[in-house]
This record gives sequence, C-alpha cells and structure tokens, in this order.
Amino acid sequence: MTVIAPPRVPSRFLPVIATFVVFVLTFGAGSVRYEGFASGQIVANLFIDNAFLIVLAVGMTFVILTGGIDLSVGAVVALSTMIAAAALRAGWPAWLTMLAVLATGSVLGLGMGLMIHKLRVQPFIATLAGMFLARGLCFVISVESVSIKDPAFRAIATESIPLGDVSITYSVVVALLVVAFAAYVLHLTRFGRTVYAVGGNESSATLMGLAAGRVKVGVYVISGFCSALAGLLFSFYMLSGYGLHAVGMELDVIAAVVVGGTLLSGGVGYVVGSVVGVLVLGTVQTIISFEGTLSSWWTKIVIGVLLLAFIALQRLIVHRQRDLQGLSRD
Amino acid sequence: MSNRRLLWPALALVALLLLNLVFTPSFFALRLQDGHLFGSLVDILRNGAPTLLIALGMTLVIATRGIDLSVGAVAAIAGAVACTHIADGGGPVTAMALALVLCAVLGLWNGFLVSVVGIQPIIATLVLMTAGRGIAMLLTEGQIVTIDDDVYRQVGAGFLVLPIAILISLAVLGGVALATRRTALGMLVESVGVNPEASRLAGVRARTIIWTVYVFVALCAGVAGLMISSNVSAADANNAGLWIELDAILAVVIGGTSLAGGRYSLTGTLLGAVIIQTLTTTVYTIGVPPEVTLVFKAVVVIIVCLLQAPRVAPALRRAPAPPKAEQEVEEVAVR
Repeated sequence: MTVIAPPRVPSRFLPVIATFVVFVLTFGAGSVRYEGFASGQIVANLFIDNAFLIVLAVGMTFVILTGGIDLSVGAVVALSTMIAAAALRAGWPAWLTMLAVLATGSVLGLGMGLMIHKLRVQPFIATLAGMFLARGLCFVISVESVSIKDPAFRAIATESIPLGDVSITYSVVVALLVVAFAAYVLHLTRFGRTVYAVGGNESSATLMGLAAGRVKVGVYVISGFCSALAGLLFSFYMLSGYGLHAVGMELDVIAAVVVGGTLLSGGVGYVVGSVVGVLVLGTVQTIISFEGTLSSWWTKIVIGVLLLAFIALQRLIVHRQRDLQGLSRD
Repeated sequence: MSNRRLLWPALALVALLLLNLVFTPSFFALRLQDGHLFGSLVDILRNGAPTLLIALGMTLVIATRGIDLSVGAVAAIAGAVACTHIADGGGPVTAMALALVLCAVLGLWNGFLVSVVGIQPIIATLVLMTAGRGIAMLLTEGQIVTIDDDVYRQVGAGFLVLPIAILISLAVLGGVALATRRTALGMLVESVGVNPEASRLAGVRARTIIWTVYVFVALCAGVAGLMISSNVSAADANNAGLWIELDAILAVVIGGTSLAGGRYSLTGTLLGAVIIQTLTTTVYTIGVPPEVTLVFKAVVVIIVCLLQAPRVAPALRRAPAPPKAEQEVEEVAVR
C-alpha cells in the first residue's frame, strides 16, 4: 500500500495482465490455425456459452478473496435448474420462479456463511455439506430430468440481441451487469474494501474495527446468489432441470478464478481477472471443438496444465515481492 | 480425551445400526457359506474398503495440515493402467505393479509441488484432480475397458473367509497404526502439522515427511482404484472413484481429525468411513431412492460438525457468550 503510485505497472496487476496475454495468445493461435475463428461471433459465442461460468466466477472471486472456498456452486446451479423447471411445470409465473430460485440460493449461502462464521466450521467442510444438500434436494424434487416448456421463459432464453454483425443473448447482458456491479462493490464500497482486508489478515481487520464477521457471511450469500443466478442462466441454456447438471462445475470455476490471477490465500485478485480466466478456458474448449479430432478429455488436461502454469507464475511474483520488500526494509 | 472426541461418531454409528435393525430384523445376521462370510455387516465393510483405505492416507496428509483432492483421479488412473495392460495381454501382477508405480510417481509429483515448490495443498492437488481424469481417459481412449482375469478379480471381489478388500484395508490400518504409533513417526507428522517451520528448526525433516505422506496417500488411492476396477472387472475413467476424495475427507473429519492439522485419530477415521458406508446402506434398506443419500450425508456432516463445534468455539473466541452457540446447536439439531 504505497501512497505514491509507482511509475511502472504495479506487480499486483501482473497476474491479470498475464492472463490477458494468455487469452490473446490462445485466441491468436486459434485464428492462425482455423479459418473463420477470428470472427466477432466466435467472441460473442465465448460469452454466450460461458455466461453462467462468468457469473459463478464472480461469486467465487468474492469468497476466495476472503480466503475461503465454495464447493457448493455446481450443486446449487443444478438445484436452481431443478427448482426452476419444477416450479414452471407446476404453473408458477416466470418472475415468481426466478425470485424463488434466487431466494433459495441466497438462503443456502447464508446458511453456509453462518456455519463458517458462527460455528467456526472450515469453509471446505461447510460448503461440502452444502454441496451434498443441494445435490440431494435436486433428487428429492425429481430423479428424472424435467424439461422447461414455459413460453415466457423460453422466449427470454432464445431471444437474441443483434449488435451490428454479431448477436448475443440476454444471459450475456446479465453476466456483464453482474461483473460491472461486482467490480463497483469490490473497489468503491466499504464492503469491498473489507473483503480485501479480511483476506489479507482477518485478525488485523477485526482489530481495525471492520465488520469482518458480516463480510465473511456476506461473501457466501453473494456466492449463493450468484450460483442461483448462474443456475437460471444455465437453465436458459439447457432448457431443462436435472440433478446431474453442472457436475464438477465448481472445479472449472475455481480453475478460472486461479487462472485469472486471484490468490487462493485471499486478499489479492480482481473480478476482471476471473472473467478473462473464464474466457481462456472457453477459448481452449472452442479450439478443441474446432480441431474435431481432439477428444474432449484434452480439455481437462489443458486446463490442468494452465492451472499449473499460473500457480507457478503466482509463486514467482509472490517471491519477488517478498524479496523487494525485504530489500526496501534494509 | 481421545475417547471423548470419538464419543459422538461412535454414538452416530450405533444409532444408524439400530435404525437398520428396526427396518430389517435380520440386519446383524451373518452366515458362513462355501467358506465365505455373508451378511449386511460384511457388505458394509466390503463396499467401504476403498474409502477406508484412501481415508487412512488422507488422515496423515490432513495431519500435516495438507489435503489431497486428486485421490479419485489417481484411483481412476490406477484402474485404467491395470485394465489396459491386462487387456493388451499382460499379466495381472505386472499390471498391478505398473499401476502402483505410476501412482507413486503421481504422489511424488503432488508432494514435490507441496513440499518443495510450496504451493497450497488444495491447489497443488487440484491440478492433478482436473488433469488426472483426462489422463485416465487418454489411457482407456474414452472407452470402458472390460477384462476377464481371475487373479485380478480377487483384489476387489475375492474372499478369504472375509472379502480380500477388507483384509487389505485392515492390514494397511494395522500397518499405519504400528508405524506411526509405535515409533516417533506419528508425533513427527503431528508436529509438522502444528508448525512446519518450528519442526524444521527443531530438527524434524518436515519436507521429507510431507513428501512421504503424499506418496503414501497416492499409493492408497492406487490400491483403492484397483479394488474398485477389479470389483466390476472394468476400468471406467469417468466414474471410478468419483467423489471418493470428498467421502474420504469427510470420514477423516467425522473421525475428529481437524483440517487445521496436528493431532489425528486413525480409529476415528475407521469409524468415519464405516459411518459413511453404513449411511449409504441404510438409505438403501429403508427404501429411499439412492440419489437422496446425499441429503442424509449433508445432515450427518452438519450434525457432527455442530456437535464438535461448541467444544472448539469457547477456546477460539473469548468474548461472545458460549450459551448462545449451544442454543443454536440445539435449534438446528431439533430441525
């Protein structure tokens, strides 16, 4: 925390810049290799196909910034699609269904947050319980997949918005609004500053008189809300509710956030980084589908390698920062 | 002290078993047929053997303040290697040896990332958790490899009065108990978990110990993977050992070992693994759809965590009044 801005790019931005460079490089590689890759619609599709991941990554960024983790996001997405499908089948209007889904996600998040803060249960275990609960509840509602036939819901899902040559869906608009709002909250509100402070050092934050407890519960509510919202976007995308939707999605999200330059120990990171992280993963998937001969499991291996590369990069940066700090103190 | 910590898990297990007795009066019946022991209790142990084995390795990893998320993927890789080798005409013993060597290498990799590079365990093992299933798919070329080999089938489905899988897991439990409780090894593992830096300064080879436990858990995962694939005589890269890392971690936590490292309990882990498997079996016998097991698992995790919390809470925070916490516990427990 220096008062005078350093003349060069501060090293805290390095991970985000590195992620962006990787995104440009992967996308560039795709454009060189495949005809028709470097089109506006492919970029738009990256957002359309990954809108729910972007929303999830935003929620996860809040949690990870405080030094926590949320394993329940994939299961909450599945539960949201299930509630949406079941409620619409029962004849609920679309708006009431969406409200119910968002409320359920937030309440689940609140429950996990309270468990973590009030009862000192480790985030890993508390959200693991949340994950089991949400997945199990899906199957309590229905073991089978339930398709969504509500005309209003389908209209929102399939409506496309033309933007010059390309077209996007409402999901993309929602995702971008979430990103903008999250960036505002993190950087321009007291809540956001407390999130960073708690992630940096919780005891110091508490001793400074910051509302550390409220923030710690708050980030899980945000993550729960984001998961439910992502679940709605996912049900727009799939037009069905199913308990086995989004299995393992929490790993993709955590990978995207880490690739986006957020440190898992908390306190360092930006939502924009997470968005670029999602785009990198999306580009890798697009390239593999363009290649055609490469099987889908290569996606997992590439994501694993990317994760490793970024973790190594972060280690280097953290080490260098420590060295610099050590030198300046001498 | 250790007995008191195990009181709640033990009570939970007894309650589950009694619940089964109400629904199926013949639940505790055991019979000997063709020299094999049959019965619901044996089934529980047999199905729980892979989880127990991985949970044992996980206990040591967690005691060093680590965690290994990659065990499910490692189990899948072990099954894939062994089955593809046998399918290509190799012998079952070389197949298993090959699988375990590869698992040891994967364990070395995880241990290297954690102890030498110094990456947080959860992230270091996340890499292999994500990439591992891809590697297993690569080995099986995305197919489910089915094999027919009597020797290989023994590991997961064979009997020596008791199922061989149980005997393997119990032998490992005995071995670990001897190695860590009859020598100083267990204390060294705990000291590394409490404070790696202080242990190093006190002359404990923290790095070697951390490295060793990751290799050990990967080997456990490898044997568990062999059990799983041998039981069905097939390697399924996608589903073999899926979520077993979560079950194993859960077993360790239910057994009273803290994720914050330090003191661990092998008996607790045994109890935890048996509770999880009994829970799954109970849900089947009661006639609830098996998918709903997850809800019960969640309830058990929450209850066990809440029961352990009030004991921990007063020590962690000084100011807030403890009665409030207990009140909350009762409210949730009643629900």
